[in-house]
Amino acid sequence: MAAHLKKRVYEEFSKVVQQQLEEVPSKKLRLTKPSKSAALHIDLCKATTSTDALQYLLQFARKPVEAESVEGVVRILLEHYYKENDKSVRLKIVSLLGLLSQTPGFVPDCIVEDVINLLQNEKSHQVLSQLLDTLLVIGSRLQENLPLRLRLIEIACKRLTDTSHGVRSKCLQMIGCLGSVEKLSTKEAESLAAKDVQKIIGEYFNDQDPRVRTAAIKAMLQLHERGMKLHQTNYSQACKLLTDDFEQVRSEAVQLIWVLSQLYPESIVPIPSSSEEIRLVDDAFGKICHTISDTSWVVRVQAAKLLGSMQQVSSEFLVQTLDKNLMSDLRRKRTAHERAKELYSSGEFSSGRKWGDDAPKEELNTDAVNLIDSGACGAFVHGLEDEMYEVRISAVESLCALAQSSPSFAEKCLDFLVDMFNDEIEEVRLQSIHSLRKISNHITLREDQLDTVLAVLEDSSRDIREALHELLCYTNVSTKDCIRLALVDLLKNLTKYPTDKNSIWKCLKFLGGRHPTLVLPLVPELLSTHPFFDTPEPDMDDPAYIAVLVLIFNAAKSCPTMTALFSDHTFRHYAYLRDSLSHLVPELRLPGRKMAAMSDYSTLAPVEDSSQQFLRQSLERLYTIHLLDPQGAQELLDFTIRDLQRLGVLQSELAGMADFSATYLRCQLLLMKALQEKLWNVAAPLYLKQNAVVYGASKEILEETYKMEFMYAGLENTQVAKVHHMRLQAMALQLILTACTSRGIEPLLGASEKFLHEVDVFQRCFSSELPHMRNCFIDKVLELMPRLAASKPSDLVKILQAALRQSSFLHLTLPDQIHRASAIIIEPTGESDNPLKFTSGLVVALDIDATLEHVQDPQTTVKVQVVYPDGQVQMIHPKPSDFRNPGPGRHRLITQVYLSHTAWTEPCQIELRLLLAYSSSRSKASALGAATKQTWSDSVENLVPPENTIEGTIPFSKPVKVFIMPKPARR
Amino acid sequence: MYNKANYNVKIASHAKENLESFYRYIQNLKGGTHQCAKLVDNSAIFTEMMSRQWMKVQAIDGLHFNLPLQDVWITDESTSESHFHLDHCGALPYMTEMVGYDGPIYMTHPTKAICPILLEDYRKITVDKKGETNFFTSQMIKDCMKKVVAVNLHQTVQVDDELEIKAYYAGHVLGAAMFFIKAGSESVVYTGDYNMTPDRHLGAAWIDKCRPDILITESTYATTIRDSKRCRERDFLKKVHETIENGGKVLIPVFALGRAQELCILLETFWERMNLKAPIYFSMGLTEKANHYYKLFITWTNQKIRKTFVQRNMFEFKHIKAFDRSYADNPGPMVVFATPGMLHAGQSLQIFKKWAGNEKNMVIVPGYCVQGTVGHKILNGTRKLEMEGRQTLEVKMQVEYMSFSAHADAKGIMELIRQAEPRNVLLVHGEAKKMAFLKQKIEQEFSISCHMPANGETVTLVTNPNIPVDISLGLLKREVSLGPLPDPKKPKVMHGTLIIKEGSLRLVSPEQALKELGLTEHHLRFTCSVTIQDSHKDQETLNRIYSHLKSILKDYSIQHLPDGSVMVESILIKISAPSEDQGTKVILVSWSYQDEELGSYLTTLLRKGLPQSTT
Repeated sequence: MAAHLKKRVYEEFSKVVQQQLEEVPSKKLRLTKPSKSAALHIDLCKATTSTDALQYLLQFARKPVEAESVEGVVRILLEHYYKENDKSVRLKIVSLLGLLSQTPGFVPDCIVEDVINLLQNEKSHQVLSQLLDTLLVIGSRLQENLPLRLRLIEIACKRLTDTSHGVRSKCLQMIGCLGSVEKLSTKEAESLAAKDVQKIIGEYFNDQDPRVRTAAIKAMLQLHERGMKLHQTNYSQACKLLTDDFEQVRSEAVQLIWVLSQLYPESIVPIPSSSEEIRLVDDAFGKICHTISDTSWVVRVQAAKLLGSMQQVSSEFLVQTLDKNLMSDLRRKRTAHERAKELYSSGEFSSGRKWGDDAPKEELNTDAVNLIDSGACGAFVHGLEDEMYEVRISAVESLCALAQSSPSFAEKCLDFLVDMFNDEIEEVRLQSIHSLRKISNHITLREDQLDTVLAVLEDSSRDIREALHELLCYTNVSTKDCIRLALVDLLKNLTKYPTDKNSIWKCLKFLGGRHPTLVLPLVPELLSTHPFFDTPEPDMDDPAYIAVLVLIFNAAKSCPTMTALFSDHTFRHYAYLRDSLSHLVPELRLPGRKMAAMSDYSTLAPVEDSSQQFLRQSLERLYTIHLLDPQGAQELLDFTIRDLQRLGVLQSELAGMADFSATYLRCQLLLMKALQEKLWNVAAPLYLKQNAVVYGASKEILEETYKMEFMYAGLENTQVAKVHHMRLQAMALQLILTACTSRGIEPLLGASEKFLHEVDVFQRCFSSELPHMRNCFIDKVLELMPRLAASKPSDLVKILQAALRQSSFLHLTLPDQIHRASAIIIEPTGESDNPLKFTSGLVVALDIDATLEHVQDPQTTVKVQVVYPDGQVQMIHPKPSDFRNPGPGRHRLITQVYLSHTAWTEPCQIELRLLLAYSSSRSKASALGAATKQTWSDSVENLVPPENTIEGTIPFSKPVKVFIMPKPARR
Repeated sequence: MYNKANYNVKIASHAKENLESFYRYIQNLKGGTHQCAKLVDNSAIFTEMMSRQWMKVQAIDGLHFNLPLQDVWITDESTSESHFHLDHCGALPYMTEMVGYDGPIYMTHPTKAICPILLEDYRKITVDKKGETNFFTSQMIKDCMKKVVAVNLHQTVQVDDELEIKAYYAGHVLGAAMFFIKAGSESVVYTGDYNMTPDRHLGAAWIDKCRPDILITESTYATTIRDSKRCRERDFLKKVHETIENGGKVLIPVFALGRAQELCILLETFWERMNLKAPIYFSMGLTEKANHYYKLFITWTNQKIRKTFVQRNMFEFKHIKAFDRSYADNPGPMVVFATPGMLHAGQSLQIFKKWAGNEKNMVIVPGYCVQGTVGHKILNGTRKLEMEGRQTLEVKMQVEYMSFSAHADAKGIMELIRQAEPRNVLLVHGEAKKMAFLKQKIEQEFSISCHMPANGETVTLVTNPNIPVDISLGLLKREVSLGPLPDPKKPKVMHGTLIIKEGSLRLVSPEQALKELGLTEHHLRFTCSVTIQDSHKDQETLNRIYSHLKSILKDYSIQHLPDGSVMVESILIKISAPSEDQGTKVILVSWSYQDEELGSYLTTLLRKGLPQSTT
């Protein structure tokens, strides 16, 4: 093999040398397909100094090499390596070898021997470590080759005694990446490499160089990741490394301890300097807690993050993390949290108004005070007060994770989380609000705590306020005063930030639904009813009043006695709100009124199953379609589409699937109808009318296929292929149409070339799908492809015609979930009658707030379209930061669009809608996926990603009309 | 804070004495006799570090000069200032210009910038208002500042061949630093004031594992562990917010630098967050000038300010404006920061008088107030104040106390000790009783020695200076190749001969030492006879010994020589002349002195006797 390859290499550049001899190399070279290896060889031969050679190599590294010529390039590089004296050039050559052996499609086992040989004679430590790196790359490419791996490990073990830290670190890395995880057979076990790799690595935990120590721990972690079970003996060593002088070592050691604590949570370790023993996970927890006051913030972040995942730790240790003994002048002092709690339980609620109110009382025994935190003591207290926000955020996350699994801990950490609401960094505040929401099912807020929480409602950041509203949705409160407090503060919030209307209403809906008994005593006060006097009827359009009603109605749902307290107008308002805000106001059992059809939601579950079945059946019905005559087939399609559409309306869960299949079938129907038109394929541009029908059909199909491809999330490659296939058919239709209608061959030439290109692309992108497409259009086309490419356009058209007519219907199989992208514009509502006035020629900013569902990558695809009454259309690209991601599959767009126009005489409406932009190049790139992934990307400079051009747009929200009035400028 | 402020008043009367003693001390220094000076204040500390006989590093803390001004670092060659508070730099012009100190002075950049403003202000008050004479002049401040060398954090400054200093971030106030001073192999860390908990405008103090011989730390809060700053901040903000919402005015008496900036940032961000509109004012003059420098030294502030300053410098306040006297009568809510902090004079007192009558208003005292000041009285609940001219002022406004202190508490001090890992700790700047507690804790938890010297007391500490020894490369390489790779953390045992000749120390191989000294090598052999009970023949016994040793000493080479003896490495074992008694054998064991360990082990092993024969 090697000999053969060698021969080929020599052939390659011997050809070139020959051309050189002819002394017209440049010209000839351009004629032959330039060979990379040959060019490199010439360059390297030309290089007189090592700097030149280095330059050539660097240039060479910028361009990728095809898999076929890698072998040749490697030979040339190796040859040059032996000649080279300068170590930087050798270094570069070796690194290139590593890069080359990563080339997909190239099997590097033929160069292993060479690289190992290089290792023998190399003196420079840098080149040595680079060589080991290359071996590592090769070794990880050839994971399956066990003997080779063992051999490489043996080499690494031998080199471990090198004096350079770089070489030692690389060796350790190699052992970590290649060390055999599997049980070895006896024969192999005899060799040196089969020795216990963990032991070998463990010896380097005490290396003199911190970089080697780091590499050793990393190698150990690598072994763990590759599935080897680490020995418990490593634990004590790792613990010692926690006090290392170097932060990298400490940071890795923390991870190692964490890994071991997860592996052996229940084993018992002794406590030094005492005879007691504790569980390993507790001990590790204590140790990691200790590092939360490390000097390096990197280690602190690491520690804070890991704490959250140690769920097995005993609760006593957990509680300690929040412990901080305060003292003042050697006397015990209560924390502010304790004082607040005490005040609350004793009933008096006056805050300390005078100095010395918090004066310490109890004398402390000096021996009992532990100043240096041993173990878990106060770890989170430290973490939450850390200087770096990264540490604080990780601490909050961990606190939340631990609290979720332990209700008693959740109760304890509540005060601390609430305190974090006042952090100086918004991200931390937001995170702590989210965390509190996650654990809110474990806790009940006290009045003073709620007070602190509610203070945040005045925050100017919308995200914070909405997060808080969401938190309040899930919060349990203890007294009716809490409800009142929350309502008052929410209303205050509403007056200060009227845009929060929807979010506040939603929040009150849940608040009312959760605490019906607490709302009940407040009802007369809230509705301001009076036992004797009639009170004036409140304004129905007041958002604050609606907010109150939402609270009350939701509470009344599970508290039937409440309705007795309503006055007449409340009932009227109920009817109105039930109609206008049905998602916020539940159905109430009102006296004297019949409950509307008791279509309880509980019966829905079986329905779902049957509807899914129905969907499947409708699609299965179509399998027999080829048996039917065209008329019957059309009818079958017709009513299946109708069924599916109706199903989509009724069953929101299945809407995506139903719509998708209905659209697909509709395309099929259109195609069928178009092919049915017997007249159009006869000849000549005489049948203009018929052409119009077919033309319209093909155009519609094209549009629908784009919608199908880009508007639905959750499609698999199969469906995408089918959609593309449909599009291809539509294109073929158009091509035939062009052939019929246009005179002359020129337009046809271009069109047919384009079509062939599309077919080619399809073939490349969906090669894996082709076997499933037997007997359909593409199958037929591809059969004839070699002929097609050569044939004249007119022949092509004929073939296509035949193929289209003979092709059979491609049945649709559905994945489990398809979601249709949708958008709702919340703001502006389009209800306002007051035009937005501005001076013509200047701009006015319009706030837009919309929720997007199931949109992939909205930052690049979602655009805002503004249509002015004069037909002028503008497309606005929102900033990536305008998108928020409140939940999976959901996005929120909060942005501003700038409007401007010349003066109008009277106000007029403009239309706003959201568009989904697509480009087919993007879809292809994603379909090709991994294949085109640049392995050379690290050496390729500024490889510009293919321009994301917008090919077309799909509107996917209802348009909203906004009244605007550009006034002429005053002179 | 408490104790410091207390002696602040007490010391004032001793100003003259202080001056004199200080002067005497400087005289001593100049004269070259390193005598210990007796200083008045209780936090005075004087360390002598003997290092190579000629190097002396002296640390002085507590040179009280009218105001408490101490923490001046004096070495033979240099002075380094930890930060700009007057109690740390107040005596500087006096020392350099009037006393005549002419060595270099080291300061961090912010300290160098702000220090002259403070000194000038201080001079004005003392000279212009109190009429003090014999005080330094403006020119002297300028001249003094010219001698200052600015240093960066973590920058190692070589003062001379032996002495180097390095500054570490200390929190506390802008530009505050801890100094690491190293002379030869001995080192000291002097902390000045520092703060281990980050606040709204500064980060936490930080030091690396520099392992100094002595760590000299302040211990103001030796017996206090403070609550989370978050509760404190939240309380403060809540009180201000509520008062503002009710239409009241808030007065916050502060000192010009330090806490004032923290509170400004706190309120500014709160106003920004909550979208509040009420105006905030701070008094013109000193604060305004200082804010200018806070804007410049962004790198010295905390993470948040550092990260956001590209968009907006946090010290360019949006909501906080300069105060004018006439604003105090404006209607509507407002917040005013006014100096001085104890309400004893000046603007804060004037505003207080105007606003005291309204119960909607509030005064928040953010620090300690000395007895006798208005601040102290109202904090203790006095509702009727007697003003000058027999007027009485009824205080209806709400009075609040908040403690914002920027000193490390007991935990913080321990934390710093843990970070630096010193060999000895020296506590200064605190009350004896409290320091005793901390001292006990430090000794108990770190098991290192801790001292708390009284005034004028000299502490002598033993250090382990490094003594460099030359070693021949050949010997080193030979020794290294023997064992595993050297580990810097563990001492390594090696064989060699130490030659001390003509003041130089050399480590050479024994052979070379013999050669150099012209001596011949003597061999020393120990021989020992062991009697064991064994009834077998001689040869049999030897075989048994051989197999016995072979089974125990697995890693050693054991040979059975043809002449009827056993060799363990270089140790010879044979049976001596047959004794009369058939049952007892006398075995000779012989070893050279290099194998002493193994030899004695073997004898004890043989003394225990052979195992009962397996045959």
